[in-house]
Amino acid sequence: MAITDNAPKASFRLGMLLYDARYRSITIQILFLIALMLGLGWLASNAVVNLDKMGYVPSFSFLTQRAGYDISFKLIDYTHDDTHFRALLVGLVNTLFISALGCITATIIGVTAGVLRLSKNWVIARLMTLYVEIFRNVPLLLWLLVIFAILTEATPAPNAFRGANPAAHMWLWHSVAVTNRYVALPAPLFSRSLGSVQTDMLTLVAVIIASLLVNRFVVHRASAVQYATGVRPTTWWKSLLILFVPAIALLVMLGFHFEYPVLKGFNFSGGIQAPNFVFALWLGLSIYTGTYIAEIVRSGILAVSRGQSEAAYALGLRPGRTMSLVVLPQALRVIVPPMISQFLNLTKNSTLAAAISYPDLTATLGGITLNQTGRALECVLLMMMIYLIISLLISLAMNLFNRSVSLKER
Amino acid sequence: MTDANTATAFVRTAMLPQQPPPISQRGVIKWMRENLFSGPLNTVLTLVGLAAVFMILQGVLPWLLHGVWTAKSLNECRAIITKTWGDGADGACWAVIHERWPQYIYGFYPSDQYWRPNLAFVLMLVAIAPILFGAVPRQMLLFTAAFPAVAFWLLWGGSVWLAVVILAGFALGVIALKLGLRLGGAILGVGAAVLIPVLWWLFFAGSAAGALDALAPLDLVRVQSDKFGGFLLAFVIGICGIGFSLPLGILLSLGRRSDMPLIKYVCVGFIEFIRGVPLITLLFTASFLLSYFLPPGTTFDLILRVIIMVTLFSAAYIAEVVRGGLAALPRGQYEAADALGLDYWKAQRLIIMPQALKISIPGIVSSFIGLFKDTTLVIFVSLLDPLKGITDAVRASSEWNGVYWEPYIFSGSIFFIFCFGMSRYSQYLERKLKTDHR
Repeated sequence: MAITDNAPKASFRLGMLLYDARYRSITIQILFLIALMLGLGWLASNAVVNLDKMGYVPSFSFLTQRAGYDISFKLIDYTHDDTHFRALLVGLVNTLFISALGCITATIIGVTAGVLRLSKNWVIARLMTLYVEIFRNVPLLLWLLVIFAILTEATPAPNAFRGANPAAHMWLWHSVAVTNRYVALPAPLFSRSLGSVQTDMLTLVAVIIASLLVNRFVVHRASAVQYATGVRPTTWWKSLLILFVPAIALLVMLGFHFEYPVLKGFNFSGGIQAPNFVFALWLGLSIYTGTYIAEIVRSGILAVSRGQSEAAYALGLRPGRTMSLVVLPQALRVIVPPMISQFLNLTKNSTLAAAISYPDLTATLGGITLNQTGRALECVLLMMMIYLIISLLISLAMNLFNRSVSLKER
Repeated sequence: MTDANTATAFVRTAMLPQQPPPISQRGVIKWMRENLFSGPLNTVLTLVGLAAVFMILQGVLPWLLHGVWTAKSLNECRAIITKTWGDGADGACWAVIHERWPQYIYGFYPSDQYWRPNLAFVLMLVAIAPILFGAVPRQMLLFTAAFPAVAFWLLWGGSVWLAVVILAGFALGVIALKLGLRLGGAILGVGAAVLIPVLWWLFFAGSAAGALDALAPLDLVRVQSDKFGGFLLAFVIGICGIGFSLPLGILLSLGRRSDMPLIKYVCVGFIEFIRGVPLITLLFTASFLLSYFLPPGTTFDLILRVIIMVTLFSAAYIAEVVRGGLAALPRGQYEAADALGLDYWKAQRLIIMPQALKISIPGIVSSFIGLFKDTTLVIFVSLLDPLKGITDAVRASSEWNGVYWEPYIFSGSIFFIFCFGMSRYSQYLERKLKTDHR
């Protein structure tokens, strides 16, 4: 019996490309690549032929041309003499503005509703269930239209506030007037400004951030002292001082005051006049997304097993501390990832703004600019890129936060 | 001793009847104490909640109760309300729904052809029965497979033979797959199953349809896409999207978990791109751009383009949901399938997918609900959705100018019924498929 220590040399046969697991995946991928390239090539060649036929040369030069249309709600300076690019920026800022506001209020509404839905109070739990089921099972578009209709149809006209015995009254000590076209709000102003409102605001934000950081340092120090000696120094008055005194001092220094809206003739003047569609969009997005967040929060809290809170009680922790030290940190781990996708959804849903004439990115770039210039290809592509970048940035930021709360395993 | 004992001792020989618990510890009072007024905070919350309910009912209930169901215009409605309920009374004018019912349901579909969408709807119920309920005979699935072509013919009209030859292509594919598998193994089978239908559609289908049409013309009146609207449109887009996005989503999720880097990254790129952009931009693509990428001169129905985009959009979301289900399966399931010697597709079909899909049912159904709600966005590419498109059209007429709440409440309720129904069905399915014994 001959024994050989060389393995039998397998000769390569063509069939092995298909039947041998070592080569098959490469074959499949090459075939897939060929098919993909053929498909993309076909689409591209069609596009070239079609564009050629129409004499359409894709270019983004229209962005530098005069836009020539007005935008009804803008947070940065813009006139109809500005370029299409400036209009795009206005739309983008509006999108980001309403998304940020919406995310904050949706979180507040959602967390409240989610916690209350778990409450032992029968009435409140039922009401919250009703809220969640009604709002999430009906399209967002309907809620936007309904809220907009309520704000425009069921509210008084500005001149109803006129006269000695007016038909309508301002709210909150004569500072807010809800009319059928806009909501008149008091405007924050600085009498001893540093230059412009923007610089004042930035200074204020910087001071608040700085005091937050200092406060964090104080709390950390207190914890360190507690670990070393077992006695926690009292910090609450230090925290209060650090958090509030610098900001208030700055406000006083800058001469912060409100300018209240006043009825002059048939309209309000002074203060801020926020158009109704801003409020409709803001409320609609927050209430609608709030239902999803409520469900996420509820399932997150339910996901923490009862044994955890029972163990905390057995250790003698009070209910409040059990919630903040034991249940919430664990629930947060379940809550945060789906919450991120809800924030993303809210940002993407803000494109429905066009239905109630809020000038967001879709309405400026994808609406008027597209129709005026006829540059559909470039406008839609640009829009997709911008939304894609916003989405990626939000998920990046939130993933970083998620990493900080996720389970640290050994 | 004994005397003293007998004089004072008392031994009860019968049990006392059980006393009812104190009044505060039973019945409605106990329930209210525990559930409504268990503490100061809860009491306040209860009172606030009840007050809110009362205020809403006080505002809305009279309006609902004063509703008018038959009238020819809004002014007539208001006149009737004033006549019946006195001056200053406010009421709902449901007559607008009654009067414009066909428009809300069919859009501008020709009224003598209403039987076609109706029939298609009934057939759809028949077609989804075997998918939803296990008790329905399995042979019905054949009809389910044929349903898309039948519905297409019924709704858009034209020659029946076009639908028949398209279906025949799929049938040829299945026959080729069976024959090929028997004669020459997997490669021949799959190759034939792909090649033969494509050849049939490209070269023979058109002439076959023409010939059959000449032999036996079976035509329905053509209905153009711009005549579609209302809930007919929402259902066509919603059902097509739901039907096609699930298989596509499953394939994408498998692709994303594939070992082959090329396929994996293509799937990842596709999913992340679609999930990163709003649906409206995809609809804009469908309406403005898709024609650039098709051979010159092709005209492509707008509803069909929208359906394709909605399907792709929903498929990306479903792919992520199914991926979650796949990731939740223990590794042992995959290893067990390998140990049994099952190949990739058999392992997926028999072991992995049944479990992964079961886990992902809630997510899949909520994607479906989202898709159905998103069908209202077609208004942005000027199709007549029931919420805004049809309502604006109704309000544009002089009779119904100024009617706001009734159309919204009506179409909102229909959406609510279907979405809520879907979520309840998914909960039923979850319970039915639950196999753990905890």
